[in-house]
Amino acid sequence: MTGYIFRRILTLIPVLLGISFLVFLILHLTPGDPALIILGPKANATSLAVLRHDLGLDQPFFVQYFRWLGRVLQGDWGRSIQLKREVLPLLLQRFQATIYLTLSSAFLAVLFGIPVGIISATRQYSLLDRSSMIAVLVGFSMPVFWLGIILQIVFSVWLGILPVSGMQSPDQTGWPDRLRHLVLPAITLAVGAAVIIARMTRSSMLEVLQQDYIRAARAKGQSQRSVVYRHALRNALIPVVTVVGLQVGYLLGGDILVEIVYSWPGIGSLMMNGIMARDFPLVQGAILLVATSYVVVNLVVDITYAYVDPRIHYK
Amino acid sequence: MERLQGLEDVGSADKDRPAGGIAGVAKASQTVNQSLLRETWRRLRKDKFALLGGAWLLLIILVSLLAPLLAPQDPLAIDLRLRLQPLGTPGHILGTDDLGRDILSRLLWGGRISLLVGFSAVFIAMTIGTLIGLLTGFLGGWMDNGVMRLIDILMAFPAILLAIAIVAALGPGLEHAMLAVAIVGIPYYARIARGSVLALREREFVVASQALGASQWRIISVHLFPNSLPPLIIAATMDVGWMIMFAAGLSFLGLGAQPPTPEWGIMLSEGHKYIRIAPHASIVPGLAIFLVVLALNLLGDGLRDALDPRLRR
Repeated sequence: MTGYIFRRILTLIPVLLGISFLVFLILHLTPGDPALIILGPKANATSLAVLRHDLGLDQPFFVQYFRWLGRVLQGDWGRSIQLKREVLPLLLQRFQATIYLTLSSAFLAVLFGIPVGIISATRQYSLLDRSSMIAVLVGFSMPVFWLGIILQIVFSVWLGILPVSGMQSPDQTGWPDRLRHLVLPAITLAVGAAVIIARMTRSSMLEVLQQDYIRAARAKGQSQRSVVYRHALRNALIPVVTVVGLQVGYLLGGDILVEIVYSWPGIGSLMMNGIMARDFPLVQGAILLVATSYVVVNLVVDITYAYVDPRIHYK
Repeated sequence: MERLQGLEDVGSADKDRPAGGIAGVAKASQTVNQSLLRETWRRLRKDKFALLGGAWLLLIILVSLLAPLLAPQDPLAIDLRLRLQPLGTPGHILGTDDLGRDILSRLLWGGRISLLVGFSAVFIAMTIGTLIGLLTGFLGGWMDNGVMRLIDILMAFPAILLAIAIVAALGPGLEHAMLAVAIVGIPYYARIARGSVLALREREFVVASQALGASQWRIISVHLFPNSLPPLIIAATMDVGWMIMFAAGLSFLGLGAQPPTPEWGIMLSEGHKYIRIAPHASIVPGLAIFLVVLALNLLGDGLRDALDPRLRR
């Protein structure tokens, strides 16, 4: 297992290099002169040339890339043009809010997705099963940003029981207030993942429930509860673990839209502000951080899969 | 990208192995394609939900195409005296937005844009992706390895993040958003096409065609491409909805269509600022996106089951 983990981590290196190259390339191709953006439209030709030289913009593309990569690896992710601050600490500070929202959503998605999937599978074609499958279809078809707005309208504007936006009230501190702010964004983000987890759990449970060892367990006189939870669920959950892990990665992406709807102070809203202000170091850093986290989450999923499924031998 | 699972394994068109010599085997793949179409339509007709989705989609397409005739007002006409009028206002049945523009008219015109973006993005992604998948899958070797590693890297990005990065580079705008959404979709189709080709290239009718001296281009265009189509069609049907939603998301973020274009994503974004006094301004365009995507998903689900009943569950 240790060998597998080591090899799997090694395969991460080319992927991360590829991601860093792509991020650098995309923003390198962006029209507009970073020196002009920093110094403003009134800057003279000499000061622009000096700044271009200082920033290394007069060097060949690959020299610029490797210099940038070297700096990134040493923790120097550049300076935000708009906010006049170091990019990395800024990103890490905002990333905490993103992680908080993402993990809360993942928790909610598992909390609802797995039980719904189990009930649907054990009562196949019942009213509950059909209702949950309709809910899955609706969840798949609903834009996450629209769902967020609907929840805001219902729970904040009409019922007035939850805050419309933000992560914390300006005049309040403490967990109860933070939790109240978390409810709507977390539910909004969780719905998409929950329907996928429910669908996967149902499908996996249906497959396992048809296996011979389940028939044997029933023949031995085991109760339905014991058959479902002791025998079927343990095996059915193996592919579900992968889906749950992958969903955490997808939530990181979907989080950007939810952050904008709820003015959540995470990395997504920071990145969007950066794009509007053409703050390239900030945008570059944000994309790199989210993409890297996504890849690392996928790595953890792969390793977890190797742990939970003893039938798999990785070579 | 969270889309259909396991499409790479969807069976190819010709499941039966025809007899009749090498030439017969090569020709038979086309006949089997026609019977597959008939069989697919027979199964699809029995799926009420798929038919409902298809009929609903047709209606939306028709209404969007007829927007110039059906829209009661000019979608861009501003009337500040009638700002944020509620649903059911005389002359503005779906109310007005923050500039007093008629929401129904904007919705109808917006349907044209959203559908065009969705279908165009899928067409671009499917054409380029399929071409890449067919070539790499059939030719193999260093080209296959290199392109697949690049695709792995593209797929290592969350889809929305990659699209945002592309639009950030190209600059905000509807065409750029459409292109970004299409680029994000390319690896998906490339993988499906490649998966099909890998399964097909050892089949008898392909080997027979090679033995008869057919050129690589002929094998790809006459045998591999038509037989790779079923999983690609299923993916594309479900993808149109996904891409409409995706492009609307980019517009919602301010990266896609720009004001005053009547596009559903930007209508949602503009309406969002007024949820306290005019919630309908954001509910209505979102509902339109939802209903189109739902119709496409119903049709896509039905098509998938009709093309390969093994996937039903």
